[in-house]
Amino acid sequence: MPHFAIIAVSILFDGLAYAMFLFITSVGLSVTMGLMGFVNLAHGAFAMAGGYIVVSLTRTLGIGFIPSLLIAAVTVGAVSVVFERGLYRRLYKATDLEQVLLTIGLAFMAIATATYFYGPIPKSVPLPLWLQGDIDLGFRTFPSYRAFLIVLGLFLICVLWYGFERTNIGAKIRAAVDNRRMAESVGINVDLLFTLTFAVGSGLAALGGGLAIQLFGLSPSFAVLYLVLFLIVVAVGGLGSLKGTLLAALVLGVFDTAGKYLLADAGGFFVFAITVLVLLVKPAGFYGRE
Amino acid sequence: MAASETTSVTTSAERAQARERAAEYLLSRHRFRWPEALPWLLAIAAYFLFPDRMTFGGQVLIMVLFALSLDLILGYAGIVTLGHAAFFGIGAYTVGLLIARLGWSEPLSSLVAAALVSALIGMISGWFLLRYRGLTLLMLTLATAIMLQETGNLRSDLSGGYDGLPGLVISPLFGVFDYDLYGHTNYLYVLGVLAAVLFFVRRIVYSPFGQALTGIRENVRRMHAIGSPVHRRLVTVYTISAAIAGIAGGLFTQTNAYVTLTVFDFDVSAKVMVMLILGGTGRLYGAFVGAVVYMVLEDHLSKMSPTFWQFGIGLLLVLAVLFARRGVLGLFEDAGQYFSRKRKQL
Amino acid sequence: MTPAALEVQGLNRSFGALAVTRDVDLTLERGARHALIGPNGAGKTTLVNLITGVLKPSSGRVLLNGEDITATSQADRARRGLARTFQINQLFRGLTVLENLCMTIGERDGHCNNMWRSAGAKRAVIDEALDHLESLRLVDDALKLVRELPYGRQRLVEIAIALAQRPRVLLLDEPAAGVPSSESHLILDVMANLDPDIAILIIEHDMDVVLRFAREITVLVQGAVFTQGTPNEIMNDERVRAVYLGQEVRHGKREANHG
Repeated sequence: MPHFAIIAVSILFDGLAYAMFLFITSVGLSVTMGLMGFVNLAHGAFAMAGGYIVVSLTRTLGIGFIPSLLIAAVTVGAVSVVFERGLYRRLYKATDLEQVLLTIGLAFMAIATATYFYGPIPKSVPLPLWLQGDIDLGFRTFPSYRAFLIVLGLFLICVLWYGFERTNIGAKIRAAVDNRRMAESVGINVDLLFTLTFAVGSGLAALGGGLAIQLFGLSPSFAVLYLVLFLIVVAVGGLGSLKGTLLAALVLGVFDTAGKYLLADAGGFFVFAITVLVLLVKPAGFYGRE
Repeated sequence: MAASETTSVTTSAERAQARERAAEYLLSRHRFRWPEALPWLLAIAAYFLFPDRMTFGGQVLIMVLFALSLDLILGYAGIVTLGHAAFFGIGAYTVGLLIARLGWSEPLSSLVAAALVSALIGMISGWFLLRYRGLTLLMLTLATAIMLQETGNLRSDLSGGYDGLPGLVISPLFGVFDYDLYGHTNYLYVLGVLAAVLFFVRRIVYSPFGQALTGIRENVRRMHAIGSPVHRRLVTVYTISAAIAGIAGGLFTQTNAYVTLTVFDFDVSAKVMVMLILGGTGRLYGAFVGAVVYMVLEDHLSKMSPTFWQFGIGLLLVLAVLFARRGVLGLFEDAGQYFSRKRKQL
Repeated sequence: MTPAALEVQGLNRSFGALAVTRDVDLTLERGARHALIGPNGAGKTTLVNLITGVLKPSSGRVLLNGEDITATSQADRARRGLARTFQINQLFRGLTVLENLCMTIGERDGHCNNMWRSAGAKRAVIDEALDHLESLRLVDDALKLVRELPYGRQRLVEIAIALAQRPRVLLLDEPAAGVPSSESHLILDVMANLDPDIAILIIEHDMDVVLRFAREITVLVQGAVFTQGTPNEIMNDERVRAVYLGQEVRHGKREANHG
């Protein structure tokens, strides 16, 4: 197979895996920001928390990787409800700036706590045998883990798509994102809807955090470092849009990977250049509402 | 007869008096009041009381200047951005490159150059970006700062990359005042620059232009409706703010004799915002209070344990948003109003 | 022939498939006293937003004193003499009444470009602001913060700001809305004493106000002009009554309750 084609396939494969991670972790943020207009910069901290729970479960309690992912997602989702009801609720009417500051403060507290309990050195996680190693497709081998990530991502996309487009609750969420006041006047309990979406979104973030360990290693600064990426995916995709988050994740994931492959030093540049270009032309993102 | 209607039967003398009072009120608010001398007295006192902490003192004053630049756009015009470090970094690197690549080490002219370059970038980026608000603007400004950093990384031959440009020694001030090892001259130098900048910022903020900024912050819809050229005003204040941030960055390089790409970090943008919020936005001296409190606390606490410091700052932010939204100066104001009300009751 | 103060020609505006303004023609001569009425959702405020430049039309033109301003910005139109009040007060609530007015005059005359002088230094601005406040009997509130005033007086400040722009065309969006009945006469008095040279268009639901104020009425239904004419013609128009049937019955009930 010609050299450039191999590179192209590698970029697509790795880019797709990265995009799946971005999508899984960011989709919750997009929907909650679109639904409630609440700027939650602690979202990265939820992902980080999920990651550390997986680390503890697998390393200290010997629980398998996949079950740990599930437990982490459910736990963080449940705990996030406490945050939402107890704290965030008070700031729905507050200014953007206040929401930014509050959630950054929470993120800092989370990072400090993680540093205290786990230390600053990046952690890794033991993977089951079938996720280690590679899949051989002849012209190139592909890491099984990344393949798993892609498959899992596609599966979740289908589940979320179904939930969003085909169920009653999904319809209510879409209605509330579109026009909250009207949805409320039609009798939709937007508050409850938001708590539910927030829990699912945070749970997915935790899942993403757990999945990220094998890709990037997990250290406390994850909460802020990758937050920037999540925010970019959400902004470029458009608030409250599943399609938008997916498209943004794909575009940014593939281009970032391509950048890092082809221009090692300046690789990171692309993501931000694309962000600026997209937002200048479509300030509300691909599928956002003006 | 409506009870809410106040009597409108007044003599012309009374009317003239009411007008005088109104005019006097507006003028009086902009006069120099004695508490304004306080920060300067304290700064000079610090010079004599803490002669061995003058390097740190210089850093604090630089942060005050940086926070002051942010107050112009955040506190007065109400624009929230996440990339103000971009201008700090541009100023820092302007001075750094002048010394490292062009051998130009005269301090004051370097600062002017830093201000001009930052202002230019501020004007251009502001013209494009200030058409947006909210998350879009946050992301655009953040991305701009990161892209500048990445560009510096790309040309690490010029910028020194993350290792930076060391050994950037500046010439004596006015060709006369040499720099001592303990930062004494530097402290007074930075204090002088800060005083000069504050003089100008104070005039701007109390001018009709400053009033228009407040109007844009309070109700931009109304401003459009009365014919205010909102975008032009915002780009203007953004340019000025960038220039001042550039000066702060230039002073940073001059004080440290060193500059690295970390001056563009998101951390820097976040830090200066926290400082300003803690002190209180839109109050001119909030930058002073916030920067001093933050830097002093950080100096003490992060030496004990960086983790506790980070936790503490996070907690402080959360508490500030929940209970003290207008910062320390806001708390003082509230306390002042509380006590004056109590006095009236007695 | 002098051009009309304000002219709207074939104005259209849609949001996706929903047409909210349909082929509207409207003319205000100098000194006009024109009311725009119609059932809820008829698109009255949308029309005002199109005229003032908050919204851009899909097609059609807006002419101010004969000049085509369709492509100009909101601020541009304000500077050319088009002022408006909003249905919900849009004031600088954290500032004093006097500052609200001084800001308006400052922007009008370009003082706000000045970064050097103190904001209170121009006596002429303060004097004019106080003149406006005097004519609206707000002088005693001059140094009070807007947010401390009762809603009715805030509404007067809203009108004061529009008048301080020295407009040639004034658009009032439900000026008496939200004002308790004990204070509404303040608004009505002001409206009755407005400069006869200014062309005024008001959106109003209260038919008493409309009949007292307007010399001409346009009825807007579902974004299109239903009919136009003098108050007499409109009041006697069967079709208008039919369109308003729901509203009128409710209106009648309200009156009956107050006795």
